[in-house]
Amino acid sequence: MAISRKLKDDLIRYFFLVTAMISIIALGLIMVYLFLEGLPLFKTVSVSDFLFGRFWYPTADPGEFGIMPLIVASLAVTLLSSCIAIPLGVMTAVYLAEIAGPRTRSMFKPMVELLAALPSVVIGFFGMVVVAPFLQDTFDLATGLNMFNAAMMLAFMSVPTICSVSEDAIYAVPRELKEASLALGATHWETIRRVVLPASLSGVSTAIILGMSRAIGETMVVLMVAGGAAIVPTSIFSAIRPMPSSIAAEMAEAPFRSDHYHALFAIGVVLFLFTLVFNIIASHIAEKHKQVGAATL
Amino acid sequence: MKKLSAFLFAMLLMAGVAQAQSIRVDGSTTVLPAMQKMVEAYMKANPGVNITVSGGGSGNGIKAIIDGTTDIAMSSREMKPKEFDAAKEKGRVVKPVEIAMDALAPIVNPANPLTDLKAEQLQGIFSGKIKNWKEVGGDDKEIVVISRDTSSGTYEAWQELIMKDQKVSPAALLQASSGAVLQVVSKNKYAIAYDGYAYVNNTVKALKVNGVQGGEKSVADKSYPVSRPLFIIVPESASADVKKFVDFIMDPAKGQKIIAEVGYFPVKK
Repeated sequence: MAISRKLKDDLIRYFFLVTAMISIIALGLIMVYLFLEGLPLFKTVSVSDFLFGRFWYPTADPGEFGIMPLIVASLAVTLLSSCIAIPLGVMTAVYLAEIAGPRTRSMFKPMVELLAALPSVVIGFFGMVVVAPFLQDTFDLATGLNMFNAAMMLAFMSVPTICSVSEDAIYAVPRELKEASLALGATHWETIRRVVLPASLSGVSTAIILGMSRAIGETMVVLMVAGGAAIVPTSIFSAIRPMPSSIAAEMAEAPFRSDHYHALFAIGVVLFLFTLVFNIIASHIAEKHKQVGAATL
Repeated sequence: MKKLSAFLFAMLLMAGVAQAQSIRVDGSTTVLPAMQKMVEAYMKANPGVNITVSGGGSGNGIKAIIDGTTDIAMSSREMKPKEFDAAKEKGRVVKPVEIAMDALAPIVNPANPLTDLKAEQLQGIFSGKIKNWKEVGGDDKEIVVISRDTSSGTYEAWQELIMKDQKVSPAALLQASSGAVLQVVSKNKYAIAYDGYAYVNNTVKALKVNGVQGGEKSVADKSYPVSRPLFIIVPESASADVKKFVDFIMDPAKGQKIIAEVGYFPVKK
């Protein structure tokens, strides 16, 4: 009986091990596939021509495969959207964790998180038919489909991530810290600024980077509202084409295993490296500045 | 348990029936609207035949016919020599059939006063040499050039028919579908784009090219400069069912009539 119990236990353990492995293996295989399909491009195009070339004419003969404007566009739109999303997300988190009462909190937090459930195509459509004509008329622009519009829509998408993760971090700041600060005569605001925020800094930074990595990888929104001009942006109202939108727009029609096809996968590799770096930074910060107890501050 | 096995059995039976009479069509989104109408009409006339249509783009359609994962491919461009070679490598002989003529229209917002542009002016505008509407007789406003993604069949046709050796300016806005192009032009007073005649509706205005309005007559007598043939691609070894459907498409009273209704120009009358 005892053996069979042990056997059962082992079986269950292996079952869960296999389940956990499946997702890791799937991820690994996707990565391998991405590199296998992306790297053959560099037989015909040099790495520096690819990364720093200024013209993207994949179907011309001979094709030009410079993704500099695409990389700059991705970084610029992510940066601009962070400028909008970080203050909004972090301040909402501070409000929810520190200022709002328990009832308001229990009502507001699910609502903010619900924003994350909005399909990106809906946000994109909103940007295309509502925000774009508005920007065009208000600022007398040539087109409302531009970097600013895309950054706003991306901010909508990263605010829930930033807010929800940083709220958890702020809420987890040990009670003794706040009480000590208040007991020393600090006001509520001083406590938030000098004690709570520094103590939850690692969590908040992780939240910000996760939000940014969501923005840089987002496809549908930038495909619909960023305008799609493959140029290095000159103002925040320039039309731009971030990396994901090129892949999404062109993959369906790229001849199988052609240079164009490989080039799109190579863009995927670049994009993957960007998000990978973001995620490594996020976990590094989370690990290094972990708030383990009240005593570490 | 009994119920479940009965259900599974029914599913198997249905799958078997579907397989016997099923035709798969994949490819160009330009051909898609005409194909969908033709399939509807054909399935109504021939109950028991099941045709599934998807629009994965010309490149994907041709790839699917080469791989044998579709029975008919739709394409808005000629097959490339590379693709013929790939088919030969797999031991498949495929044959493109011209089913219709498609005309592209330069389109602007209805509020734009222009009605006519020359082919060279269009080339200048799309390559970025002409930047302001006043250079071609319009208002003193910046031209907003809208183009399709570089791998769409519509882009290729525009490149071949209008741009020739020039390239579409990288500053042109990219839209990933014909519908999106219309949407953007209808919302922007200073925009210019191109789209298949089948998609042009009254939210935008189609311009004349070299003084010629696109239409059945001007496309048929080749006086309209921006037109191209549309194809379906079928394997030589196609089943009798597929061949019967191809005959339907080419029938002047049936398929070709539908092609005209959708806004393309039939090749047989």
